[in-house]
Amino acid sequence: MDTFAARRNIIAFVILLIAVIFLVKLFLIQVVSSDYTPAATNNVVRRITQYPARGLIYDRNGELLVYNQAAYDIMVNPQHLSHFDTTEFCRILKIERSYLEKKLQEAKNYSRYKPSIFLKLVSSETYARLQEKMYKFPGFFVQPRTVRKYKYDNASHVLGYVGEVSDKLVDTSSYYKSGDYIGASGLEKSYEGVLRGDKGVKIYLVDVHNRIKGSYNNGRYDEKAEVGTNIVSTLDIDLQRYGEKLMENKIGSIVAIEPATGEILSLVSTPGYDPGLMVGRQRTRNYQNLQQDTLEPLFNRGLMARYPPGSTFKVMNALIGRQEGVLYPGTTYECHGGFYAGNFHMGCHNHPSPVDLIESIKVSCNNYYAHVFKRILQDAEFESISKAFTNWKSHLQSFGLGDKLNIDLPSEVAGFLPTVDYYNKYYGKNRWGYLNVISLAIGQGELGITPVQMANTTSAIANRGHFYTPHIVKRIEGEETIQQRFQQKHETMVDSVYFEEVIEGMDLAVNGEPGTGSTARTARVDSITVCGKTGTAENPHGKDHSIFIAFAPKDDPQIALAVYIENGGFGATWAAPTAKLMIEKYLKGGPDIQWWEDYVTSANLLNKKEEDEEED
Amino acid sequence: MKRRINVWSNIDWLTVILYVLLVFLGWINIYSAVYNEEHQSILDFSQRYGKQLIWISAAFVIAILIMIIDSNFYSFFAYFLHFVVLLLLVVVTLFGTEIHGSRAWLEFGNVRFQPAEFAKITTALALARYLSSHNITLNRMKTYLRLALIILVPMAIILLQNDTGSALVFTAFILVLYRQGLSLGVLLFGVYVIALFIFTLILGKLFVIFGTIGLALIVLWILNKRFKYVWVAAGILLISGGLFYGINYVFQLNVSMYYVILGALVFSSIFYIILAYWHKVSRVMLLLVLLFGSIGVAYSVDHVFNNFLESHQQKRINQLLGLESDPLGAGYNINQSKIAIGSGRLTGKGFLNGTQTKFDFVPEQSTDFIFCTIGEEWGFIGSFVLISLFIMLLLRLLFLAERQRSAFSRIYGYGVISVLFFHFVINIGMTIGLVPVIGIPLPFISYGGSSLWAFTILLFVFIRLDVSRLKVLQ
Repeated sequence: MDTFAARRNIIAFVILLIAVIFLVKLFLIQVVSSDYTPAATNNVVRRITQYPARGLIYDRNGELLVYNQAAYDIMVNPQHLSHFDTTEFCRILKIERSYLEKKLQEAKNYSRYKPSIFLKLVSSETYARLQEKMYKFPGFFVQPRTVRKYKYDNASHVLGYVGEVSDKLVDTSSYYKSGDYIGASGLEKSYEGVLRGDKGVKIYLVDVHNRIKGSYNNGRYDEKAEVGTNIVSTLDIDLQRYGEKLMENKIGSIVAIEPATGEILSLVSTPGYDPGLMVGRQRTRNYQNLQQDTLEPLFNRGLMARYPPGSTFKVMNALIGRQEGVLYPGTTYECHGGFYAGNFHMGCHNHPSPVDLIESIKVSCNNYYAHVFKRILQDAEFESISKAFTNWKSHLQSFGLGDKLNIDLPSEVAGFLPTVDYYNKYYGKNRWGYLNVISLAIGQGELGITPVQMANTTSAIANRGHFYTPHIVKRIEGEETIQQRFQQKHETMVDSVYFEEVIEGMDLAVNGEPGTGSTARTARVDSITVCGKTGTAENPHGKDHSIFIAFAPKDDPQIALAVYIENGGFGATWAAPTAKLMIEKYLKGGPDIQWWEDYVTSANLLNKKEEDEEED
Repeated sequence: MKRRINVWSNIDWLTVILYVLLVFLGWINIYSAVYNEEHQSILDFSQRYGKQLIWISAAFVIAILIMIIDSNFYSFFAYFLHFVVLLLLVVVTLFGTEIHGSRAWLEFGNVRFQPAEFAKITTALALARYLSSHNITLNRMKTYLRLALIILVPMAIILLQNDTGSALVFTAFILVLYRQGLSLGVLLFGVYVIALFIFTLILGKLFVIFGTIGLALIVLWILNKRFKYVWVAAGILLISGGLFYGINYVFQLNVSMYYVILGALVFSSIFYIILAYWHKVSRVMLLLVLLFGSIGVAYSVDHVFNNFLESHQQKRINQLLGLESDPLGAGYNINQSKIAIGSGRLTGKGFLNGTQTKFDFVPEQSTDFIFCTIGEEWGFIGSFVLISLFIMLLLRLLFLAERQRSAFSRIYGYGVISVLFFHFVINIGMTIGLVPVIGIPLPFISYGGSSLWAFTILLFVFIRLDVSRLKVLQ
């Protein structure tokens, strides 16, 4: 009979044992362990960043300057790659096979399971061609981006450009991730927070092939991307473009400001570059080319170049002298070819003599200002030249010289005004007198003033004693006002009553009768009273720089500007007519006499750098 | 003496209910596993869940047909049916359609059919027929050879079809033999071979040689109870080992350590046989046969593993033995399967809410890995219910088998239990990482007509036999 019946119990036991083992194991992985739920979430959840379009930038008259264009990053996820027609792929994307191989290896090195950028910023046309064939290239997908598009190839120094965030910023910022774009210069940089908007995220469920299967939790945790805020710039793009045209083939800068508000109407720095070069795949190469250019097109001369102001500085010394009570309208000095003090001689050009205050500006007399400056520094009110000098300097500072103006553009420099310490160190304490620093009287020597500072000073003069910090943004969409600091009136230390004679002098410098010694008749416009002052900055490295400051109209100033043309020689030669044309453009839409425009635009001063000063 | 019985009133309804419950659970989980928005109707026949409903309906018809056929049919035609299926297996091996690398399918238009599934049934039948015949003494070489013919021939053909999973199912019939009185010695021997297999893979041939030598010395002591014999044997081996090593070293022969030890072992064995014969030490020959047998097994395991198994099979075994950890390679499926089940937590994500299975992270989610869907969507509670249902079915079948009066019915019952249990252990075990990944379906649950029908026939033949159990009065 059945002698092994007892074995059924062992079999039953084995069955139950297996069941218990399974249930214990299941209990461990399902109930005890909590590692699997996040692993599951990780599997199916893809967070896809939604990149917002950057805010648009308009000029002061509402003309669109900067907008966005769709571009596409080709992404690759190595884990989903399989064999594909590499020849066709390279042909569609117009890339070399070596590039393909290099990038695929890089992507694999970065992560086998995470997507990385294969090819940046492909155009819509290429994208369209690729999209048709996309099914042939598993593992690749497209990430839409937006890139900047510029209506004009002008104003690059103002608008700035957008670049990829640095690794350093990625490490320290909670907002920026690798591959994000950020304003890298100009307006794009200083208003990054406004323009960039806010990235959003869409959370998708994906299957094992990374195909999107639907939104996670019906999109409850999605965050919408906030489009960047639009900005209206203070720039007048017509004026800006005109300025750039006038400055073609010249090194220098024009800064024009609306005196009543401090709004920057144009900020030209030449040579410049096409802002469109700083976009897209060629950006790196273009940037390198620009960086290697010896004319330094990336250098924003308007904010960063420091020049001695030359004779334009005489108006400052006139104003300070008046305020300090060492100079009166009737004060006259005779000029016989310059200023003589013992063995010292500072030359002057030929002009009617003697001159009073107004005349001194009109004819730009060096001797006159040597005397004025001497009296400022030897003012009995002060116990020492140091105190007098410091007082003089603080007057200048009240015009915004020697310090950063804190305008709303990056990379502005402070410029340079010498201090008492500076001369003490150079000559020894109390070992220097007015003669040591006499070149400051006529704006030469140890002075470094940027074009924007000079334009601001001119604006303060046009305003008869006050200014508003220059700024580039007129309005931020959705906001009532611009920043408070740009609405704050800065009073200079010179009372407004002292400005009239100086302005009269500037008027006559431009509009004086021919043959009476007016130095800036090249800036004359028939229908507008332009007030201006020429300057010539001594340049130890080559031909002098041509400088002109001006505002117009005299009694209701709409525009104040400073023009710097490197190696341009006398202020009256190039800078004054350039300023005149700018004023005409802004106030009347164009020049009265076309000849002047042709005269300026046809000039090529790029090669004058090393030439000797022309005889005059 | 014969009694007329009513088939329907004598059916073991508990078994039938468990069967229907499992089939139903399988169906709704297949629906969930392959659910997609475009085909929401569970009756969409273009989808797997729609098709499975057809298979299920057909399975019910098959079940009823089986109940109608006379119970003696199965015993009478057992050998014939087995022979027919073996023929089919040969045919399919030669002319079958290849799917997933296995040439195991016959295709008739749209219908695919896997004879291996049915070989399990006929093997169980033939085995029952043979073991229930009179004058059979199990533990004899002649019986072993006949049993091997019944079990190993289909297994070998299926192996040739490259369907390792299905072939391995036939090893489950050891359970039947065990119940019928398979000697413990043979069983132990089997266990020993399996242990050798595993140790060879984990620790290597050299270790197995040392281990079996040590084991042989211990057994020598147990058999003779005299330390002297052991010391002498060990001494001879050490001396000859040293000698061989020295020769290898001095003459710089660069023979591998493995062969040096093997050579020393052979040399010392011959020496020891002569010595043992001289001193009349008993059972030395048997021990040496076992020792060299073991080393032979270890060597062939190593050889077979490295030369005959395909790399994915090697990887699966290595993965399980903990020799290889590569969660994104061979371990990917297991890892994903565990993530799916583990993320179900206690109560599960809810019907149709599983993401791991639906989004293809788990492979074969409607067939071999269907348990993942259950674990993910119904949680530990669902797993518990499913395992309980299976255990209840198996224990119920055990009870039914034991109440049979005819040996044929009982043995066949154990055949059914063996096959179902093996599938259950391997299938669920692999989804939770306890056994290697062997692609066999979970009975009644997994998608597929062939397997559902085969399991239905397997089970209902036994239910039919059980109905007629009282006909046989011994």
